Amino acid sequence: MSKFRKKKKGMPAVNTAALPDIVFMLLFFFMVTTTMRETDLRIENPRLPSASEVKKLEHKSLVCTIYVGKSKDPNRDGVGFNKIQLNDKIASADQVPAFIINARTKVSEAEVPFMTTSIKADKESNVGTITDIRLKLRDVNALKISYSASKGAGN
Amino acid sequence: MARRENPEINAGSMADIAFLLLIFFLVTTTMNVDSGVSKKLSEKPPADYVPPIIKEKNIFVVLINRNNELLVEEQRMDVKDLKDAAIDFIDNGGGVGNAEEDGTPGKACDYCEGERSESSSDHPNKAIISVQSDRGTEYGTYIKVQNELLRAYTDLRNRLSMKRYGMSFDALEESYDGDKTNEALRKKVEDIKTSYPQIISDAEPTS
Repeated sequence: MSKFRKKKKGMPAVNTAALPDIVFMLLFFFMVTTTMRETDLRIENPRLPSASEVKKLEHKSLVCTIYVGKSKDPNRDGVGFNKIQLNDKIASADQVPAFIINARTKVSEAEVPFMTTSIKADKESNVGTITDIRLKLRDVNALKISYSASKGAGN
Repeated sequence: MARRENPEINAGSMADIAFLLLIFFLVTTTMNVDSGVSKKLSEKPPADYVPPIIKEKNIFVVLINRNNELLVEEQRMDVKDLKDAAIDFIDNGGGVGNAEEDGTPGKACDYCEGERSESSSDHPNKAIISVQSDRGTEYGTYIKVQNELLRAYTDLRNRLSMKRYGMSFDALEESYDGDKTNEALRKKVEDIKTSYPQIISDAEPTS
């Protein structure tokens, strides 16, 4: 018995002190990368309207996003809540078809009908701007749209 | 000698804590998906397109002016009353519905619980909601109105689904999403959807 105990004492435990460090490193990596945006916002982060009847957008690769809101740089782009951002620059509604066609080239042809355009517009934007975009989208047959809204009571 | 006896602090569970945090962040960050009010635009009409003639009573006109005020069927209304007004309109069932695709004539709405008044819509599949907004209307108000109208449809669908299948439409859709191959569920979802089709038209804004 005494021999057995001796042997057990002699076994060195694996030092796991560095494990937390590794895991923390992973943790920080994920925390940092997930907050990164794909596009830089040229407009101020739109204050989305809230709605109760929202649907989640699936298949992120099939979603193209159009931002509408107030420019961060009013000296260059002018004031008002009706600036349209496509990719990472301020554009006009006339450039929407080109933007959609460009986005279509990145997905396979079979998936084109499932593409959705997400409009992220500020609460104070005007419906006129949204309508302009909508008419342009209809011209290029991008018929599925989603008015981005945060889930809430809706009132 | 005494220093050597000092027990080391057991850091083994530290890894567990860190893993827990890691998993928490992994899960929460992927949950943050884009959500919104989805709409399907109508296709661009051909140049020689003649719009069908629709009876006045089958159209529910919602006007939003540039001061974000609502005019519903020529009466001023608050956004909070819009849902009930829309439900009354859609669920009226005063006449017969559209003829079906195979040519059988339309039937009266046997699941409607509305007043069946002569001056309101004939059938849910004929009831058209037309939203007309001004170019200067705030987007937030516009979405609120769209949301209220969608809520009206959701309420009606839930009620009908409850009556026919004993579960709300939301639950029905959810279980169908979890099991896309289930033919019986698909039929149920389709049935409710065609019973109360969402017909919301966006008229071009007045300037």
